[in-house]
Formats: sequence, structure tokens, C-alpha cells
Amino acid sequence: MITPTHYMLLSAALFIIGVIGVMVRRNIIIIFMSIELILNAVNINLIAYSYQLQDVIGQVFAVFVIAVAAAEAAVGLGIILAFYRNKETVNIDEMNLMRW
Amino acid sequence: MIDGFVIPLLKIVIVLNATLVGVTYMVLLERKVIAWAQSRLGPMRVGPHGILQPIADAVKLMLKEDITPARADKWVFTVAPIISMVPALIVYAVIPFGPEVSLFGRQVTLYITDINVGLLYIVSVASVGVYGIILAGYASNSKFPLLASLRASAQLISYEVAVTLTLVSVVLMSGTLSMVGIVRAQESAHLWFAFAQPLAFGIFVIGSLAETNRAPFDLPEAEQELTGGFHTEYSGMRFALFFLAEYANMIVVSSVATTLFFGGWLRPFPNWAALSFLDFIPSWTWFLIKSFVFLYFFVWVRATLPRYRYDQLMRLGWKLLIPLAIANLVLTGIIRVALL
Amino acid sequence: MGEAIAFYTLAAFILGFAVLVITTKDTVHSVLFLVLDFLFVAALYVMLNAPFLAAIQVLVYAGGIVVLYLFVVMLVNLKRLPEAFQDPNRHGRIGLILSVAVLLELAAIAALGVGSVAPVRTAARALPVTGNTEQVGWMLYTSYLIPFEIASMLLLVAMIGAIVLAKREL
Repeated sequence: MITPTHYMLLSAALFIIGVIGVMVRRNIIIIFMSIELILNAVNINLIAYSYQLQDVIGQVFAVFVIAVAAAEAAVGLGIILAFYRNKETVNIDEMNLMRW
Repeated sequence: MIDGFVIPLLKIVIVLNATLVGVTYMVLLERKVIAWAQSRLGPMRVGPHGILQPIADAVKLMLKEDITPARADKWVFTVAPIISMVPALIVYAVIPFGPEVSLFGRQVTLYITDINVGLLYIVSVASVGVYGIILAGYASNSKFPLLASLRASAQLISYEVAVTLTLVSVVLMSGTLSMVGIVRAQESAHLWFAFAQPLAFGIFVIGSLAETNRAPFDLPEAEQELTGGFHTEYSGMRFALFFLAEYANMIVVSSVATTLFFGGWLRPFPNWAALSFLDFIPSWTWFLIKSFVFLYFFVWVRATLPRYRYDQLMRLGWKLLIPLAIANLVLTGIIRVALL
Repeated sequence: MGEAIAFYTLAAFILGFAVLVITTKDTVHSVLFLVLDFLFVAALYVMLNAPFLAAIQVLVYAGGIVVLYLFVVMLVNLKRLPEAFQDPNRHGRIGLILSVAVLLELAAIAALGVGSVAPVRTAARALPVTGNTEQVGWMLYTSYLIPFEIASMLLLVAMIGAIVLAKREL
């Protein structure tokens, strides 16, 4: 029997994998992908509860999360490209200036 | 047991095999029609009028040496043709070739499955096919394939927007995303959606030419500029997989166009009793005839039109097709609300 | 039983590919694993009776967002390894330990906390439409219309912002 707890544990594990990616990696593209993993973990939770409670609102929230993820990816990758053009690096440890 | 497992499996086997045979003979059809358009004979040697040429081609491609370039990314290089082939094939799961018929005393549906989100499934699976092209270009570690794959994916993504918007206006007409439901909606509306949505249909045709990388939008494979495109470094069976995927995609696009715009398996004027003598032709034959007309159109266009320039292609997609598709969508919505 | 097998298989694939995403050296491989991860998450959504969300997940994430990542990875043609330089003030290991601690905490809350609270069972919301897609659409265009419009504004702003950021000269 798969209970919501199982989905919560899966979601928590995926979330933490994303957090570890953000904390440990220095390539900013990988960090962005880790953030996508975190957002997916949130969506799994929302949809598992939508299933459990037989209520479609969880799925509506997940649609918003996906929209926000798309916006975040577009702007974030734009920043990465602009930064790379000036500094020729994607290492966040080298991104230590507020302007250049 | 039989209804739940054996029959779907049989259907899958039949559809996959029919597709692969169709793809190989599509290549022959293309060579023959283009030869005819150019006053040539085309393949004539293997079998009468070259009818066995596809088999010879397949054997040749399978026996050829399979080369992986030394500096290539081996894993990605191997996976890329598979990624481009699989989406082209699994789309057939939701394409309805006919309604429910009784076959050997058993009610059988002439589609593998009918899901609630059928059209969305097709669009999303097709969008995954882009990866095959991008990764092939990247993994080859060679400049022409890389340029070609960047071009191809930019083109695919741009035209996907326009095509998807036209599909949304069809969904507005039908009120369902299920492929079977869309055909039924055309039956009850007494109208093929190509006539209700002529602009959407036009945009869909142009966009699908671009999405399948066909002439006049075959820039990713422009031989004169790019020595063959994203699959330059591929040989043997892996090259054949890209080739198969391209033609399988053409068949997919024709099937989708038939289902969405030309009434799928319905005979012409399904509500005219005067034409009911046409019913002796089975439904799936109508589907195949309509799809074949589309495929012929694809080949015809290739034999007729010169290639676009890249900036013209992008301008056409973003500045003409997408605004037109949005305008058509808004108009359809207004008319639908006004009619309700 | 079948549900359990499906869940554990999907969970194993989702977590396995997620680990590969953050551990692989080659960024392009990492992006590929991310796509696979999203496809398995979509399969999980199908299992959870959310086919519309599954299709959207594949269409928007796998077919849209990750293609953007792949483009950027290919455009950012690195001459030296991105992880070559490390800030001496960075304490990656402490981050790792803290993350694992948080995971254990979350697991404990999920495993112990849920058991003690009676599961909330609300009556299924009565919607005038049936079918997953229709229901999601209905909620989006009735109760959640304003958030929906805000989300579309957000996407518009993001689109303009991305163009302004990425274009060399306007």
C-alpha cells in the first residue's frame, strides 16, 4: 500500500538531492538544473496530495509551479549567457563582483 | 486476458511493422516521383520498376561499417539516433485508423489506445524528438553537424509554437483532446475542420513541412552549405535510423493532419445518404488514402520549390505564422463564444 | 501490489537520475539525465491520475526548458573546466552534511508525524465537468483566474527580460 508518506519521502529525497546540487557544485548551469529538481520535488508532493484528497487544486498549483520554472529558466539562462560573454566563466565562485 | 493484453500487443506489432514498411516505401515513392518530375526514371534495377529497391537499401545500410569518430562523445553518439527514432514511433499509440469494428466475431478498435489527452501526448512526444538532432550534432564533435543541429533545433522549436497554436484552435472546435473525439466531433459537425479552419490548416501544413525538415525548409540538411547536416558523421544503421525517423515523422504529420483536419477515417460527406454506397470501402482505407495524399503533397513540394534562406525561414515563422496563428485562435474563440 | 512495484521502480529511477544529474562531470550528460528524470516524474504523474500534468511536464520541461539548458551548454564553450577554481571560503562538505541532516529531519516528520494525525479526507470537489484536463481547466479559469493571469504576465516579463539580457546590443 503506497501512502502519501511514501510520496512525501520521495519528494523530500529529491528536494535534498537538489539542495546538495546547489550547495556542492560550482557550475552555475548544474545549479540551475538542481533548482529544477527542487521544483519537481514540490510538484510531486502537490500532485500526490491532489490524488489522495481527490481534489484537482494540487494540479492547478503544479501548473503554476511549472510556469514559474519556465520563467526562471529563461531569465536565469539569459543572465548566464550575459555573464559568460563578459567573464568567460560559469563558475559561481568567480562571480564575486556586483558589477563589471 | 485476450482483450487486455493480446489484442493491444497485436495492434502494436501491426502498426509498428506497417509504419516501418511504409517508411521504406515512402523513400521509394519519393525517388520515383522526383524522378518523374525531373524526367528521369528513378531506381529501375532491383525488381520490376525498382519495386524491391527499399529492401536492397535496407540490406546495404545494415551491412555497412558503423563508424564512430575518434573524438566523438561515444555514449551520446550512440543514443542520439535512438532518441530521434523512438518518439516518431510511439506517437502511433493514439492515432485512430478507424472506429470500432467487429473482426472475427470480436469488437476491436482500430486504434491502439484513446487517451483523454491524446493530442497533447502527440505534441509533447514530438517535442522530445528535438533531442535526437541536438545531441547528434553535439556528439559528433565536428563543426558542420554542430551548426546544422543548432539550426535544426532552432527551426523545430520556432515552428512548433505555430503548429501547436493551430492545434489549439482545432481543439476549440472539437472541445476534446482525444483523437477519436476529434474525429467524432467532425462527424457530428458535418464538417471537416480543414474547411472550418482554413487558415489553421495552411499554417499547420507550412509548419509541419518545417518541423519534419522537408524542402523548402530543409536547411538543416542543406548539402551545399553543411555537407549533409547533423548526421554527417553517422554511417550504416545509425544513419538509417535518422533517415527512418525523418520519414516516420512525415507519416505521423500526415496522420495527424488527416485526423484533425480531414475527418480521419470518415468517408467524404459522411452524412449524405446518397453517398452511402462508398461504405463498402473500410474506414481504415479512407484514412490511408487521405494520409497518402498528404505524403504525396510532401514529395511534390520537394520537387517543386527552392530552398528558403535561414533568415527568411525564421522571419516567416516568428513574424508571420505565429501572429496569424494567434489571430486565428482568438477569432475562433470569439466565434465559438458567440455561437454558444 | 502493482502500485507498489510501479512506485518503487519509478522512485528508484527518479532519485537515481537526480543523483547522476548533480554528480556527472560532463554538463551535457547531466542535461540528458535531467531529461530522463523529468520523463520518469511524468510517468509518476500518470500513476497519480494526472495525465494532463504528465503531458505538460513532458512538453514544457523535457521539450522546452531543458532544450534551453542544452542550448546554453552548447553556446557556453568552455576553455577550462567550470569547476577548476574553488573559493577557499566555500565549505561544500558542511553543506552536504547539513543537507543530509535536513533530509533525515524531513523523513522523520513524514514518517512519524503523519501517522499520529488522522488523514484529512475532504469530499471530492464537485465540478461541473469530468475528465482531468477539463477539471484543471475549469479551476484555472474560474477560482484561479487571477493567479492564472498573473502567471501569464510573469511569463511575458520573463520573456522580455531574457531577450534584453541575452541580446548583445538592442
